[in-house]
Amino acid sequence: MSVRKTILEVSDLNAWYGESHVLHGVDFEVREGEVVSLLGRNGAGKTTTLRSIMGLVGRRTGSIRFDDQELIDLKPDKVARRGIAYCPEERGIFASLTVEENLLLPPVVQKGGLPIPEIYELFPNLKERLLGASGTRLSGGEQQMLAIGRILRTGAKLLLLDEPTEGLAPVIVQQIGASVRRLQELGFTVLLVEQNFHFAARLADRHYVIEHGRVVDRYQRDDIKTRMGELNELLGV
Amino acid sequence: MQEILGVPAPLLFGQLLIGLINGSFYALLSLGLAVIFGVLNVINFAHGALYMMGAFVAWLLLHHLGIGYWPSLLVAPLIVGVFGIVIERTMLSRLYDLDHLYGLLLTFGLALIIEGTFINFYGVSGQPYAPPEILTGGHNLGFMFLPTYRAWVIVASLIVCIGTWLLVERTRLGAYLRAAVENRELVRAFGINVPLMMTLTYGFAVALAAFAGVLAAPVYTVSPIMGQHLIIVVFAIVVIGGLGSILGSILTGLGIGIVEGLTKTFYPEASSTVVFVIMAIVLILRPNGLFGRPRE
Repeated sequence: MSVRKTILEVSDLNAWYGESHVLHGVDFEVREGEVVSLLGRNGAGKTTTLRSIMGLVGRRTGSIRFDDQELIDLKPDKVARRGIAYCPEERGIFASLTVEENLLLPPVVQKGGLPIPEIYELFPNLKERLLGASGTRLSGGEQQMLAIGRILRTGAKLLLLDEPTEGLAPVIVQQIGASVRRLQELGFTVLLVEQNFHFAARLADRHYVIEHGRVVDRYQRDDIKTRMGELNELLGV
Repeated sequence: MQEILGVPAPLLFGQLLIGLINGSFYALLSLGLAVIFGVLNVINFAHGALYMMGAFVAWLLLHHLGIGYWPSLLVAPLIVGVFGIVIERTMLSRLYDLDHLYGLLLTFGLALIIEGTFINFYGVSGQPYAPPEILTGGHNLGFMFLPTYRAWVIVASLIVCIGTWLLVERTRLGAYLRAAVENRELVRAFGINVPLMMTLTYGFAVALAAFAGVLAAPVYTVSPIMGQHLIIVVFAIVVIGGLGSILGSILTGLGIGIVEGLTKTFYPEASSTVVFVIMAIVLILRPNGLFGRPRE
């Protein structure tokens, strides 16, 4: 297979929250159709990296190229309009909206989003919970499915998923894993932040390890078995 | 003459009607305050001054340009709404990340400036504004006399209140607004131009206040201080109804108007304080207000 086109290229990304300098020159790239994971300990800068791509940090410098266009100076709504969708760690289900309103909230930014029936096919639980329930009456797993489901119909090609398995039961984690794999088959590109290394190891084509706001190492899927020892050390698993 | 609980029926119903009229203005104003607080996180102390501006713009339009009541009902809110948008863009938008107190102080200062400016040019005595021909006169309902203009005020404000409520609770735009109340940042990360939405929300809520002002112009005299007394009561109503609850503000606004009317009939001495007594009781029993949700 030929080398796939690079869809996201992050270079020398620095980011600040107020006075505190959180990212110190992050470099990585994601190719079209890949699932890439950002690994690292708590506070290493993984979530900040995703938030910086969306423009949700105080200040950032460096370069974020998506689809051959520079994003570093764009506000979050403009970044989203270019075709990047974000699923935050806390899931961000709106309590004052019904499940259906939550699902339909993110506006369509491009053609080619998943039609609603396909989203239900991916997450059958959502359909059952649709009738009238408010967003926060859902279980943690259902909230996660809703949080991922709602960004699939927007036409965004690149999905940023922040800790999609956090706090979920193993059977739900498996279900989320299967959905991410299915999303890859459907042509989505996924950038994943994970604490759950075993989850990420099964899904991602490539991994970057972030520490103190920098990328300190990278692994191909096949490297993982042979380099498990050093990886465990880096992540403190 | 028929009496109810020792009070002549026409007196009771007359006071109830005045209560409903006041309640209509309360509802329109507290609705706007609730929307502004929910979406912008700003306690808009200038709301009373902007209500006054609505009435004054209608009066000025009539006296200088000969533009009558019906066009003013649209044009005055539009002018004041644009004025609000300028305030939001140039000043309020710089305070969103700060404590509520800054927005409150800014808008309080703006209220003083706006009212002071009008007092400087027009004094405090007030200008009469006649209702349109078609709404003069009234009907004898048997148990009371119903002035046509007052009936119109109640109907018009109810329509606008319910329309606004439907807009927020039942439309896609309203879903964006409600979502932005909870998490502005995420709504923006979905691709919605949240700053623009906040600007338009402020303009819209301010236009509602001005609309109430135009409705009020023929009922009260048009005076630079007409918003001052009202705004304090309206803030008490917002506290009673629960900050950020739209339906709550509408129902509480009408309800408090009626309670004031009843108090005026049965125990007139308490009529101007009853609102604050209710506010104190509600704060003790339900600190988030009758319709409010706890905020984190």
